[in-house]
Amino acid sequence: MHRTVDARGLACPQPVILTRRALAWGDAVTAIVDNETARHNVTRMAERAGFAVASERLEDGIYLRIARPSDATPVIEAVPEAVPAGAPVDGPVVLLVAGDTLGRGDAELAQVLVRAFFHTLCEVAPRPDAIIFINNGVKLAVEGSPALADLQALAAAGVEVLACGTCLSYYELTERLAVGEVSNMYTIAETLLQAGKVVSL
Amino acid sequence: MGPEALAQVLRPLRELFSAARYPDLLVGLGVSDDAAVYRISDDSAVILTLDFFTPVVDDPYDFGAIAAANAMSDVYAMGGEVALALNICAFPADLPVDVVSEIVRGGAEKVLEAGAAVAGGHTIEDREPKYGLAVMGLVDPQRVLTKGGARPGDVLVLTKPLGVGIVTTALKGEVARAEHVAAAVASMQRLNRTAARLICAAGVHACTDVTGFSLLGHANEMAERSGARFIFRTGQLPFVEGARQYADQWLFPAGTCNNQRAYEAVVRFAPSIGEELQQLLFTPETSGGLLAAVAPGKLAPLLEACRASDQPCWVVGEVAAGAGIAVEP
Repeated sequence: MHRTVDARGLACPQPVILTRRALAWGDAVTAIVDNETARHNVTRMAERAGFAVASERLEDGIYLRIARPSDATPVIEAVPEAVPAGAPVDGPVVLLVAGDTLGRGDAELAQVLVRAFFHTLCEVAPRPDAIIFINNGVKLAVEGSPALADLQALAAAGVEVLACGTCLSYYELTERLAVGEVSNMYTIAETLLQAGKVVSL
Repeated sequence: MGPEALAQVLRPLRELFSAARYPDLLVGLGVSDDAAVYRISDDSAVILTLDFFTPVVDDPYDFGAIAAANAMSDVYAMGGEVALALNICAFPADLPVDVVSEIVRGGAEKVLEAGAAVAGGHTIEDREPKYGLAVMGLVDPQRVLTKGGARPGDVLVLTKPLGVGIVTTALKGEVARAEHVAAAVASMQRLNRTAARLICAAGVHACTDVTGFSLLGHANEMAERSGARFIFRTGQLPFVEGARQYADQWLFPAGTCNNQRAYEAVVRFAPSIGEELQQLLFTPETSGGLLAAVAPGKLAPLLEACRASDQPCWVVGEVAAGAGIAVEP
């Protein structure tokens, strides 16, 4: 998975931080920088982490092509399904939330986890393009939900939030929906099928 | 601005204000030191210095206190006491008044802690906030502590841990852990007053404070002025929590590169010193500690006095004959 980081106009350590994040997602990154210090720091950071770096000075910036040396094990390529959420895909990334807790296990922990998940979602990049709440999941999008503030922040940042209308009615929560919009199964099905990637929670 | 460019800018001024024409200017541009010292009588000299910078931490009060501690540090590095300070402020028009109040209060309370007074100041409008102090201190002209005077055989001591610069850089990059920031803030806010008092009482040979030019840059100025070689032992160097970790992640600010370029020619690292650690020692510090050269016979009383006053003090190396800096394990 190849990513490009445009760090032109940014002072250190920002180019290093952005490149590190990109490298955590994939094995090949092109970082574009515009000064010698950033070139040096990004190059040394990548080399110390075991990557090979080829530097090319073009008119609009210094292009640092960072890749795992060919003799290293290409971890990401070998198990493509293990590409972490956030790796670039063609088409929108949709998060499907069918429950109001995260994972199976202790109920209290599952609540803590779901709250932490949406809080973290606010801080990572790239964000999903849409979040769909169905069944018990709609309870996360209503007044009093522990994840409400984070969901509102995501919605404000441009993430489309859809809540299943049938589910809201069933739980008598339609009036209490506090983020996003009431949606129908037609829109939900279409959104899922047109997605580049669906992450199911 | 890197140290080399700065030296180039100041060179013509040095000629304009030649030492011969100003006999009472004990420390001026001719000999780069922490602050200017001007003799007003046989037993009294004025120390003048100023420093201001953009926010290094998020909390406005902490920022004010750090900027003030940093500005006053130059007076302590010269062996003086702070008498008066003036605020230097540049704030955006839309910066809330309570934020400005907190910055200025942080600075003022730090000046109060130093036993001095804020007597005025000047404010302009600027896109990025900046705050600091112009500081006047007083010192006995016979007891001015300068960067020159370290002798072979002296022991090097440091009174604050290193690494606050890379922690605040990580903070700006939003990757710093809160507890690392808290420890760095506490260190930056600490006045060098007690350290300076104990160092003066112990009778050290040379002293400076460690700030933007990094440990190695400031040490090099001392070594150069003293005509000696400084040897640091990395195993003895103290670092704030998190600094080594952020160095391993290569989160160095641009200033690290500037300092490295300026000083790498005079620094010899032992082969076993990793590149991250080398870079860390070139990384700018903010409101760092005092670096002093003390005669071996006076070391034990100094360390004992520091212990009694709850003042940290680390032995970090020694002075040898020669020139430049050596960094050894």
